[in-house]
Amino acid sequence: MKVWLTLIRPGDWLVILGSSALVGASIPAFWQGGMADRAIIRQEGRIFAEVDLKARKQFAVAGPLGTTVIAVEAGRARVVADPGPRQYCVKQGWLMRPGEIAICAPNRVSVQIAGRTKVYDSISY
Amino acid sequence: MTQSVIKLSVTAEDRRVAWLATAAVGLSLVDAAIPSPLPGVKPGLANIVTLVVLARYGWGTAVWVSALRVLAGSLLLGYFLAPGFFLSLSGTTLSLLTLGAAQHLPRRWFGPVSLSILAAFAHIGGQLLLARAWLIPHDGVFLLTPVFAGAALVFGTLNGLIAAKLLAETAPAETRP
Repeated sequence: MKVWLTLIRPGDWLVILGSSALVGASIPAFWQGGMADRAIIRQEGRIFAEVDLKARKQFAVAGPLGTTVIAVEAGRARVVADPGPRQYCVKQGWLMRPGEIAICAPNRVSVQIAGRTKVYDSISY
Repeated sequence: MTQSVIKLSVTAEDRRVAWLATAAVGLSLVDAAIPSPLPGVKPGLANIVTLVVLARYGWGTAVWVSALRVLAGSLLLGYFLAPGFFLSLSGTTLSLLTLGAAQHLPRRWFGPVSLSILAAFAHIGGQLLLARAWLIPHDGVFLLTPVFAGAALVFGTLNGLIAAKLLAETAPAETRP
């Protein structure tokens, strides 16, 4: 081990430290879009509310069938209750990654997670 | 009918380049045999040869050895002129250019480890730029940057240490210029 350390010259340490810092800095720089920070609630395709995923909140969104209840918590959101017959959007559970979306089609309500940068899914791309 | 004989004279320099390129190709094959969690994350052992050649015989020889290694390695592994070949070529070109500039750093302070790390970053940079420009024209390619950069740092340091160790030993008599 000691033999190997003697092979590293002073400038090499600088390069190692500098590039470690660069690698560390590249993680938030390239992956920030991968962190969920907002939930976009839509009703009839129009934005009903855009919420920061920080505080715990509940929204009641009125649709043609009744009221869809959406819960927002730190870093995640979900549909709590929906009057739709098949309950797909409720069964999806918590959404926490950007681009994830729960659509309650019968009641025309959707909730989508968004990050800092726009994330495409295979449908919109 | 006239008899014509084309005779190629082989210099000692040619023989040396051929031997060194053989060593580099051998290490490329070892590289390819090591399982990798992600395509593109490879130790790049052949770069050890490039670093040793650069220090002992200069940049020109290093370019020859690398070019032959990319060509022969791709022929042996069966990806000649496939996308992987061009990725390899762009990465090698950029890292050779970086080495050409970095070799002028003061030797007392910057050894093979620095050169290896810089070359590894240039290598992955060249590959990512070509991949973005040609293979996957979408910025999503750059999502992998932190992974590739981390791998470049780790393997660059290790390869640089091995090259430094080899260079610390005396050169074999017959290859000495």
